Amino acid sequence: MRAFEPLFICRDKLCNPTLGAMQAPADETLIGQIARGDRLAMQVLFSRHHVRIYRFVLRVVRDEMAAEDVIGEVFLDVWRQASRFEGRSAVSTWLMAIARFKALSFLRKRRDDALDEQAAESIEEPSDDPELTVAKQDKGEKLRACLAGLSREHREIIDLVYYHEKSVEEVALIVGIPENTVKTRMFYARKKLGELCRMAGLDRGWP
Amino acid sequence: MTTEPQDIAPQDFAFTEIEALLPWYGAGTLRRRERQRVAAALRDDPALARRADLVREEHAETIRLNETLGAPSPRVAARLMAAIDTEMLAAQRAAAPGAVARWLTGAFASLSPRTLAVAASFATLAIALQAFMLLDVFTKPSGSVPSAGPGATRLHGTTAMVRFARQASAAEITNFLHTYQATLVDGPTPGGLYRVKLAMSSLAKEELGRVVQRMRQDRVVEFAEADE
Repeated sequence: MRAFEPLFICRDKLCNPTLGAMQAPADETLIGQIARGDRLAMQVLFSRHHVRIYRFVLRVVRDEMAAEDVIGEVFLDVWRQASRFEGRSAVSTWLMAIARFKALSFLRKRRDDALDEQAAESIEEPSDDPELTVAKQDKGEKLRACLAGLSREHREIIDLVYYHEKSVEEVALIVGIPENTVKTRMFYARKKLGELCRMAGLDRGWP
Repeated sequence: MTTEPQDIAPQDFAFTEIEALLPWYGAGTLRRRERQRVAAALRDDPALARRADLVREEHAETIRLNETLGAPSPRVAARLMAAIDTEMLAAQRAAAPGAVARWLTGAFASLSPRTLAVAASFATLAIALQAFMLLDVFTKPSGSVPSAGPGATRLHGTTAMVRFARQASAAEITNFLHTYQATLVDGPTPGGLYRVKLAMSSLAKEELGRVVQRMRQDRVVEFAEADE
């Protein structure tokens, strides 16, 4: 068993493993260009972030068409509001915060909002029910089924931390909660995940 | 809504600062000081290290789960850029009257009083002439009014020639014009073409080309061409 080590140590722009040091313009540079009406900069920013933003929104709204509409609105907002970006957070964090606001607005507008917000905690969707779907699956599949069965808030924080690699501070900015609440919510999300796994016959020994 | 204590450590199972930081440690998103604290705790506490393995599993499966979600269709980008083009057109249109006013102010300011008086006389004469021509047009029988057609009306600003699809409804055409912030200024010609005004100012050739290209993809439009 290998030692438990963080995946990336350096989160500085100059050592971003995906972009390289001096090749692509930084997101902040692109935002400045967009604020001056640069259409090409907008295309670059869109191509760089739209898939992750789409996946983040899709996990919230659970509707592909709606997720596409929402990300269109997100980037149109970026086009309109680029001059107001103050650089207090990373551009990707700013995008996530806009996306989250738009996605939740969409959910509020949707008629079955109450089901999503209230009942997701206790009623898993049929396709996500770990007891029904994971009986013959391997451990990874079981775990993924249980991740999908979490409530919206728990899915959101787990995605932000593990998939979008957001720090405690960044999650606090995106979700709009204090940093200590971020840690507590993540802890509870993991606890709930453990319970769902146990229900699905996958006892991970914690909590 | 998920209910959970905001900052309170639950009593039914161990909640510690180090335990809570494990997910960020695994993702590599902790500050150096916290990272060192967690690393030291992992070295000293085998039980914590075992729980850290669970974090690694969750991390990997969360990534796998998200990667199965696919990507949005290309039409998202197309719609976004169309919306941006429309906003750029609208902004240029809004800016145009201001630019004309500034130019006029500057031009008049540079003229001497005598020149201004002469120019005003010519302007009065021109207005009287236009009034006479309009009177002439409106007093003629309606059948003798010249029909519109390409070249019949030359306009300032940017225009395009468009033929709408036969099945396009009035509402769809109105919606199309609204989308492009366009106005019908001429037509139809015998070929069913309309001249639509896209901007008060002259758009760059490439930009006009992009707008016309996008118009052609609209199902309401059968034909679109820049009005050179």
